[in-house]
Amino acid sequence: MNTPLLRVRDLCVDFGANPAIRGVNFDLTAGETVGLVGESGSGKSTLARAILRLLQPVRGGVEFLGMDLLRCSGAALRAHRRDLQIVFQDPLASLNPRMTVGEAIGEPLEIFEPGLTAGDRLRQVSAMLERVGLGASMAGRYPHEFSGGQCQRVGIARAMILSPKLLICDEVVSSLDVSIQGQIVNLLLDLQREAAMAVLFISHNLAVVRQLSHRVMVIYLGKLVEIALCDALFATPKHPYTRALLAAVPQLPSVTAPAAPTMPAAPTMPAAPTMPAAPTMLSVPAPPSVPALPAEPIQPARLMASGCAYRDRCPYVLPICETNDPPLIEVGAGHWVACHRSQETLIPLSFAP
Amino acid sequence: MGAFADEAARRLKSNPAAVAALSVTCAIIVLTLIGPWISPNDVQTLDWLHIAAPPGRSAHWFGTDRLGRDLFVRTLAGTRVSLAIGLAASVVSLLVGVTYGAIAGYIGGRTDHLMMRLIEILSGLPLIFFVIFLTVIFGRSEYLLFFAIGAVGWLTMARIVRGQTLSIRQKEFIEAAIASGASTGRIILRHVVPNVIGPVIVYATLTVPQIILLESFLSFLGLGIQEPGASLGTLIAEGAAEMEAAPWILLVPGSFLALLLLCLNIFGDGLRDALDVKDG
Amino acid sequence: MIPTLSTHELSIRFSHRAGTIQAVDGVSLKIAPAECVGIVGESGSGKTQVFMAAMGLLAGNAKASGSVRFEGSELLGAEPSMLNRVRGSKITMIFQDPMTSLTPHLKIGTQLAEVMVSHLGMPWGDARASAGRMLDRVQVPEPKRRLNQYPHELSGGMRQRVMIAMSLLCEPSLVIADEPTTALDVTVQEQIIELLRAVRGEFGMALALISHDLAVVAGLADRILVMYAGRVVEDASAQELFRRPRHPYTAELLKCIPSISGPRPLRLPTLAGQPPRPGEMLEACPFTPRCSRAADRCRIERPQLMGAAASQVACHFPLSS
Repeated sequence: MNTPLLRVRDLCVDFGANPAIRGVNFDLTAGETVGLVGESGSGKSTLARAILRLLQPVRGGVEFLGMDLLRCSGAALRAHRRDLQIVFQDPLASLNPRMTVGEAIGEPLEIFEPGLTAGDRLRQVSAMLERVGLGASMAGRYPHEFSGGQCQRVGIARAMILSPKLLICDEVVSSLDVSIQGQIVNLLLDLQREAAMAVLFISHNLAVVRQLSHRVMVIYLGKLVEIALCDALFATPKHPYTRALLAAVPQLPSVTAPAAPTMPAAPTMPAAPTMPAAPTMLSVPAPPSVPALPAEPIQPARLMASGCAYRDRCPYVLPICETNDPPLIEVGAGHWVACHRSQETLIPLSFAP
Repeated sequence: MGAFADEAARRLKSNPAAVAALSVTCAIIVLTLIGPWISPNDVQTLDWLHIAAPPGRSAHWFGTDRLGRDLFVRTLAGTRVSLAIGLAASVVSLLVGVTYGAIAGYIGGRTDHLMMRLIEILSGLPLIFFVIFLTVIFGRSEYLLFFAIGAVGWLTMARIVRGQTLSIRQKEFIEAAIASGASTGRIILRHVVPNVIGPVIVYATLTVPQIILLESFLSFLGLGIQEPGASLGTLIAEGAAEMEAAPWILLVPGSFLALLLLCLNIFGDGLRDALDVKDG
Repeated sequence: MIPTLSTHELSIRFSHRAGTIQAVDGVSLKIAPAECVGIVGESGSGKTQVFMAAMGLLAGNAKASGSVRFEGSELLGAEPSMLNRVRGSKITMIFQDPMTSLTPHLKIGTQLAEVMVSHLGMPWGDARASAGRMLDRVQVPEPKRRLNQYPHELSGGMRQRVMIAMSLLCEPSLVIADEPTTALDVTVQEQIIELLRAVRGEFGMALALISHDLAVVAGLADRILVMYAGRVVEDASAQELFRRPRHPYTAELLKCIPSISGPRPLRLPTLAGQPPRPGEMLEACPFTPRCSRAADRCRIERPQLMGAAASQVACHFPLSS
């Protein structure tokens, strides 16, 4: 992949006096899925909206297919929207209650392909409905007649109908039951493979992100603190926040040996080391040895001052962390970390492998 | 929209008061239309034999006024005029108000600010003085009446629509529409307006009686419809003058007006209840 | 030994203009003193409504039948005065969103003290002092300062600690925690789970932990109930449930949950279809449409909870042990 599909440079977003995004830089290449992981207040949803210019004020650069999205005219922006789509978190709220799902899915066609006849539009909408597993006969129904999972499929259908080059998924499975999440995740996997589409998958659910992503970025209080290939991030996290996140995920005591075939190294994915099989465990893993830290993230005033945003909660804090905000530096192949101590071998934390 | 209309219609049908009110209103409308045919009398004919005759005693079912004109036919004519003005002015205020409010609410910012200031200025207008002023300049006529009502009828509608638009604007499906590349015009037309229609319809049906009352009031003051034309307001004015000697001249048009307003208001309430639940 | 909470054939229906909806259908369960029971289910499982019935918090259009007993006394249809004595002191509840369950315009200290003043008849001064001590026990830093703050001045995790503190003030026999960590970040969730574990050890009360997240429940529960479409489909000790799930739904659910460790499957295992919507007409066994083991018997005959004490399952063809 030569020129990246999306380049984000020094993106900053402020909400009044509060900095929500504080200088984010990353690239996204065609066909790859990048997971964006963060907790509440991390700015992950804000980042998505900033990229789409659904928000002001935004500083910095967002280059998509070579065009500066933040500075172009409204008309040019709208023209590019066909290639840059988003699926939102609340499936029902993101659909106009007064439009049938057929009309909702067909709207992008009306906007970008005005030459199509109504019949052609209907054909494409029906095909899309079938593709997302809903069935063409559902086109005349209203959103409130569907379940959450079905509404999410409609949202995905609407986003996909023009075959965008980049799809942003903002917490798309967070409000769904576990037994339904898998259906949506698999649908996204299939669609992405078919269309060779790039996906920016935003979620606080690390396990789901792991399932979908080639690369993962971790965001904390408006800054990216770690970027790595998926397997590398989960096997050898380097930023203290990433480690704390992974350690905090409650684990099922699993004994059943997975019978499903494991993910082979896909052509677009660099070969990743395979994980060792999970040892059969009965008991829940012991609580991690991360010391009990104050749960409060840093106050905005302190955030504005220089220094690492994580310093109030970090078990490895040094004096330099108070004064210097560590930049993202490459510590391994495609592995970037923003931490003054990233080069050291920090005491490993005993979370379940 | 189909599903919502069906559901609302069903709820409306199960509200006996609203159904009764609607029926009576329809009956009145039908009566005003066919009245001239079923009654042997005419609006303009002066029946010298039956001056100020009480109801029921002659061929004049509702009696006559002090010029001998048949009250039944005149009242129906007056009701027709009042209804026509009421409906027409409501439609205009609906169209103007919805457009104005939706644009102000959606675009927001300075545009909204300016648009709302205009509304506030117009709201502060003392209507009666305004109408008198216009009457002095242009003379009395129905068109003047229409203009005056039109100038103020859309204000509250615009406010309501703007408020509704402000709350709709925050909803995620509007964001989704923007992200889909929809233009501002498209968003207002296809996403905002259909979702504010509920309160708009209700307010529109409640506007009709308000406008009828306003027109009646202006005509009562002598500022609107002129002789020999009749509206409920002028009829009531005439009747008020004869109140002691021939009360029916007041009571007949007065009862019609009261009944009409009552039915329209009850129907409007019923409509609001029917549209209110789970409204988008 | 009288169970702290027991229900027998508890059923709850909601009446809407479109008809009645059966939210809970014949649930019988027992929570022993000092036991932690996890109640797991997805949307439409009815898991919250069972405990709303116990607290007398059912909505106006709900009708409950059957029995709910707290330490032997019947709660359904009990006198409001009796319910008010028990609620908030002997049986307390922690809700999912502490922002909406704390009164926004009252200070934390006032809300905490009020519990003790009204239930224990304590004077205000003593009550506030006790409140401060309890905040300390739930590891709220600077408890004295927090007493004077309003709910919106605290973070989500802090508010949840306040809720936990409030639930413990009168030394309850049973604390019901309804999705206590769902609205919290995962790092905060971990701390709240730890807190609940510590609190159980210290206070020794029974804990009913309602959650859709099996992993959260795994860390705390002695026993787990799995609910589906308003019924209990499996009731087993935590060890047994994870080692040998017997109901097809439980087994499939466990497989569906993605993990952050272990090999990555090509596709996530998933359950076809979706949980039944409230009011949907159901077969005798509600899981039939999604079950790979379904047979005719499942459509006609309702399976009852059967089995040994350590592992009960409501299925005609349970997975073999």
